[in-house]
Amino acid sequence: MGKIRIGTVWLGGCSGCHMSFLDLDERLLELAQYAEFMSSPITDWKLHTPIKEYQDYPEVDITLVEGAVVNTDNVEVLKIVRERSKLVIAFGDCAVSGNVPAYRNLFGVDDVLNAVYLEKASYNQQVPSDKTVIPKLLNKVVPISHVVKVDYFITGCPPSADTIWYTIKCLLEGRQPKFTEEHYRYG
Amino acid sequence: MVKRIIVDPVTRIEGHAKISIYLDDNGNVEDVHFHVTEVRGFEKFCEGRLYTEMPGITQRICGICPVSHLLASARAGDDIMGIEVPEAAKLLRYLMNSAQFVQSHALSFFHLSSPDLLLGFDSDPAKRNIFGVIEKFPDLAKRGIRLRKFGQDIIEMLGGKKIHPAWAVPGGVREPLSEDKKQVILDQIPEAKETTRIGIEFFKSYIDKNKDTVENFGNFSSYFVGLVNEDGSYNHHDGLLRVIDANGNVILDKIDPRKYYEYIGEASSEYSYLKFPYLKSVGYPGGMYRVGPLARLNIVNRMGTPLADKELKEFKSLSPNGVVLSSFMYHYARLIEILHCLEKIEEIVQNPVIYKGKYRVYGGVNKEVGVGVSEAPRGTLFHHYWVDENGILQKVNLIIATGHNNLAMNKTVLQIAKAYIKNGDVKEGMLNRIEAGIRCFDPCLSCSTHAIGQMPMKVEIFDSRKNLVKTIIRD
Repeated sequence: MGKIRIGTVWLGGCSGCHMSFLDLDERLLELAQYAEFMSSPITDWKLHTPIKEYQDYPEVDITLVEGAVVNTDNVEVLKIVRERSKLVIAFGDCAVSGNVPAYRNLFGVDDVLNAVYLEKASYNQQVPSDKTVIPKLLNKVVPISHVVKVDYFITGCPPSADTIWYTIKCLLEGRQPKFTEEHYRYG
Repeated sequence: MVKRIIVDPVTRIEGHAKISIYLDDNGNVEDVHFHVTEVRGFEKFCEGRLYTEMPGITQRICGICPVSHLLASARAGDDIMGIEVPEAAKLLRYLMNSAQFVQSHALSFFHLSSPDLLLGFDSDPAKRNIFGVIEKFPDLAKRGIRLRKFGQDIIEMLGGKKIHPAWAVPGGVREPLSEDKKQVILDQIPEAKETTRIGIEFFKSYIDKNKDTVENFGNFSSYFVGLVNEDGSYNHHDGLLRVIDANGNVILDKIDPRKYYEYIGEASSEYSYLKFPYLKSVGYPGGMYRVGPLARLNIVNRMGTPLADKELKEFKSLSPNGVVLSSFMYHYARLIEILHCLEKIEEIVQNPVIYKGKYRVYGGVNKEVGVGVSEAPRGTLFHHYWVDENGILQKVNLIIATGHNNLAMNKTVLQIAKAYIKNGDVKEGMLNRIEAGIRCFDPCLSCSTHAIGQMPMKVEIFDSRKNLVKTIIRD
């Protein structure tokens, strides 16, 4: 049997879920025997041109998606990930519900940008505008399930390494993860 | 006709970024921009929150160094309350910060940068990752993983959780260390020190063999900024601000870090979501400075712990004036800091005060402005809050550690690009070197998996009218 192919991406989040994944510690060595990691956690690249051959997010069995959907790059990446993954997992509270990045929804995008780049800068005050590299912020931060179909949700800020291990182990063994009280974490 | 190459995404850094390389008619590098492409807007959406909630909220800025934000935020709260935290709280905070330096620096060196160093910048990108290291250097990889775990475990012992522990609060900390953990920690110190020593020895032999890398990886003059004790010795949590120039002259000293805004300005740009801090007295962009491990070692006269002090002497001897300029040496500095932190952990857990002393005081809003400062693994971190009489935030300013290095990171990628890209010849290994230049400043990235498997990267070359000339896909 070939190795299971896993990808992870990081959208609008803090990377804490990815860190919790690394907290698998020595279990990473075990995981490496059964799984192959296909993609970078940062795949928020921008497709500057509509080049059809550009396929650098490979076909995978599972993608763990950390972070909320906050900008146009995130939407684009998420759609590509969905297309090329058999299972998509909302990985941690930001992906599940929007969590902290969604606090921004109380304010308008312009208010946020003006506060950061105009009011709190002392030189060359301007909102970053180079459209070739800078993605546009969405008016509303949303959980990933608002953009694509999600197969599993892992809660927690971040989810514990044990829960991540349980989920991956189940999928490796071809079982459906059955989340119970010990796996849910709120906050 | 200028050509523009876009490197997208830059991998293994804390945040989302791209790099643009501009080539002149002869295909040589004219300019490079490092773009940070993410902003979540904490400085705005924290308005209306209570200052007591801020340690919990601002931790969520970063999953790699949540402890830094936790501590800086709690200290801003101490300032708003107008109190001094008890001795036990100071020690406990230093303990957690030390544990965090250990885990974050171990991650940076072993999980993320070692593939470049052990397997080579030009090695197969599909293997150039932590799993490639596990395959080829299983013992070292395992040691690195265990070193990081040691730091994470201490954070969990104190705060109940490895990532985003709800532990430090305005006025002190919620919980002291439980006494039964003392021996557990002490038992693991020897292995952790040994791993760090192995890392240091490896790195020293690497720089002996790779002089061109040291020479070209962000090797330039700049100012250096960080916290130090009154006597000029190392302190990563509770010191005074010191600024030195590239020759080691102390430009500013014994500055209350809460007055940072009198000395540091921030510039915005059209091409990056990361602002550019600079020294006000010098102006922009001449006031470029560096923070983090390299800066901290450059500004101190001693580490204050025996093993780290011995290493510091050797580190400083690399340069005639004791100021090490190459950004590649961030790695070396990082390892020396791990050593210091391990020695401090050993020392603090043997101090009875942390088990018996008062670790929290209470108070209300006594000042309407508070600033909290702490050294994060990547550099000096400032949290600046303006509150009303009820402690509700009216305005927030954060200068994040990585941000300080923005000008220096731009200069670093420019230097590397100029050194390795000639006559329009662009190869994957060159692009990886450019990214690795950014990683020197701490590739504090989200995850091992980046380093696992493919490193997707697209380089597009445009002419000056933004027409696509050529696309190189790296996979």
